Amino acid sequence: MTGMPPEYLQYRARKYGMDHDRYDWSILPRRKKVEWPGGARVALWVMPALEWFPIDMKGKPFKPPGAMQTSYPDLRHYTLRDYGNRVGIWRMMRSFDRMGIRVTAAMNAAVATRYPALLEACVARGWEIVANGQDMDHLHYEGLPVEDERRQVATTLEVFRRVPGLKVRGWLSPAKSQSKATLDIVAEAGIEYCCDWVNDDMPYAMRTAHGPLVAMPHPIDIDDHTILVQNHHSDDEFREQLCDQFDCLYDEAATQGGRVMAISLHPWITGQPYRIGALEKALQHMVSRKGVWSATGSEIMDAWKAQQ
Amino acid sequence: MTWRDPGLYDYLPYDEKRPRITWPNGARVAFWVAPNIEFYEIDPPRNPSRGPWGKPHPDVVGYSYRDYGNRAGFWRMLEAFDRCGMRGSVSLNVAMCEHHPEIIEECARRGWELYSHGTYNTRYMFGMTEAQEREVIQDSIDTIRKHTGQKLDGWLAPALTYTERTLDLVADMGLSYVCDLFHDDQPSPVKTKSGTLVSIPYSLEMNDVIAYNVNLVSPRAYGDIIKRQFDRLYEEGEHSGTVMCIPLHPYLVGWPYRMKAFEDALRHITGHDKVWLATGREIAQHFIANHMADFARASHKVGAAP
Repeated sequence: MTGMPPEYLQYRARKYGMDHDRYDWSILPRRKKVEWPGGARVALWVMPALEWFPIDMKGKPFKPPGAMQTSYPDLRHYTLRDYGNRVGIWRMMRSFDRMGIRVTAAMNAAVATRYPALLEACVARGWEIVANGQDMDHLHYEGLPVEDERRQVATTLEVFRRVPGLKVRGWLSPAKSQSKATLDIVAEAGIEYCCDWVNDDMPYAMRTAHGPLVAMPHPIDIDDHTILVQNHHSDDEFREQLCDQFDCLYDEAATQGGRVMAISLHPWITGQPYRIGALEKALQHMVSRKGVWSATGSEIMDAWKAQQ
Repeated sequence: MTWRDPGLYDYLPYDEKRPRITWPNGARVAFWVAPNIEFYEIDPPRNPSRGPWGKPHPDVVGYSYRDYGNRAGFWRMLEAFDRCGMRGSVSLNVAMCEHHPEIIEECARRGWELYSHGTYNTRYMFGMTEAQEREVIQDSIDTIRKHTGQKLDGWLAPALTYTERTLDLVADMGLSYVCDLFHDDQPSPVKTKSGTLVSIPYSLEMNDVIAYNVNLVSPRAYGDIIKRQFDRLYEEGEHSGTVMCIPLHPYLVGWPYRMKAFEDALRHITGHDKVWLATGREIAQHFIANHMADFARASHKVGAAP
C-alpha cells in the first residue's frame, strides 16, 4: 500500500496564529473593553433579510437556505418566500416601530428594484440597508470568474447607490458564501463592513487587498431559519434562545465591556401571524433592560472603530 | 481482506455477574468532561476518503463557525468549568499548541489533562501507511510533552478516522486509553497486538455535536438530556461504578445562548456526593490497576457469524 502523499504529513501553516492572512488571532475576553454610547452594555442589532429567490434558480454551486425545493416550477416555495417581502416584513415593521427598534435590513438588489415601495419604507424609517448581493441565485464562490463577481457586486451596489441619501456601507453575501476574492472586491467597491464570517461576538478587523474591512458579528445560530426551520424548534423555544443569548451577553458585559446582540431574521418565517408574538416578547425582554442600545450596523461599527 | 468484526473486544454482558467496579472514595460515577479543542485548516491537502469542508473552498461559514470556539467559546466554557470546580480532559488537535498556545496554557495551568485528537481536525488517518500513522502519533506525544510536560495517555482519532492498525499502534507507542469505541458504559479492555489499552466511555449521545448538529436539540433540552443520563448512571452506580463523559466542542457549547443550560447541568452533576470528578487518564489508570484483569477474565469469546 502506498499510503498518503508526503505533503499530507507536512504542515506549512503550523505556526502561531491563523493559517491565513485575512485576520489576526484574537481572544475575545482579553481585548480592550468596548464602551457603547450612553454606557450601554449591549448593542442590539436587528437584521431582517429581504431576499428574492428566482423560481428558475440554478443553485450554483449550492442551493442557499430557502431555495426552491420541488421540480420547476416550485410555486409553493417561490410564493412563500415572496410572502416575506409582501406581508411579513410589513407586520414586523409595525412591531419594530412600536418598540422603537432601529433596524438594519439586508436586501438583495432585486428586492430593491422589484419592490421600490419596500425600499422606500425602509429608508423612510431610517433603517440601514446592507447590500445582500444581487439575488439569492447569484452566489459568490471560488470558480466564478473574478470579472463576473466584480460585476455582481457593482450591479448590486449601483441599485442602492442611485437612491438619494442612501449610503450602503455593509455587505452580506447571499448564503454568506464567498470566493477568495470577495472581501477584496467589496472593499474595492467602498464597502466598510462584511457580515459573512461567524467567528466572533464582536466586530474585528480584516485585511483586504484594498485596505481594512470590519467583520461584524452576524450569526447563523441566532437566526429564525436555523432555529425554526432547520432545527424545528417551537416558537417558544425560539423566544427562549433569543432571551438566553441576550442574558448571557448582558451579564458578560458587566465585566468584559460592551457586547453585540445580533439577530438574523427572515420575514417569510418570523413575519407569520403566529410567530411574530414570540419575536416581540423576546425583543421586549431586551429593550426593557437598562443599558440596551438599539443601533444599526454602521452605528455599532463606528462606535467600535472609534475605540480601536 | 477487510474486517467483518474489528475483533477489538470480547463479549461481556452488562448483568449481575459482570465484575464489580469500585471507584475511589466509594463514588458511584466517574465523571469526566472532554472538550475537543480543535483547529480546522482553511485549505488542507485533500484526503481521497473525505473532503474537509461541505462547501467549495473557502467555506467561510464552516471555517469561521469552528474558529468561534477558540476566539470566544472556549473562554466562556472555561469560566463555567471553574465555577463548577470541574477539570477538563482535552481532546486536542496538537497543532493548537503552536497556533493558539494561550488556550493550552490555561488548560495546563489548571491541571487539565491533554490527550490527542490528532494533529488537525482536517488531517484524516484514512489511507495512511503504518510509518505515517506512527509519525502522527509520535508528533502528538512530542508536541504535548513539549508544551505541557504531560505524558500522552489517551487517543481520540482526528475526526474519528482510522486504519485497521490505529488502536494497535496507539497501544504499542505507550498510550493507555482510547475514546473511539462506543460499546459500553464502563471501561473495557481492548485487544491489541501489544501494550495495554482500555476503552473509556466517551459517548456520542452526550456529545454536543450529535445533540446540536445531528439531533438538532435546543440548549435546554440538551441540559435535560445530560441530567437524565447522569441520574440513571448514578442510580446504577450504586451496584457497580459507571462512567459518564460529556464530550464538548467550544464552538458549539460556548455560544451565549447555550451556556446557561449547560452550566446548570454541569452543576447538577458536580453537586452530587458520590461522584468522582476525574480525568480520562485517572479513570484509565484506576481501571487498569484494579479491574482490567477481572474484566478480561470474565469476558466471553465471541462466536462466529454464520
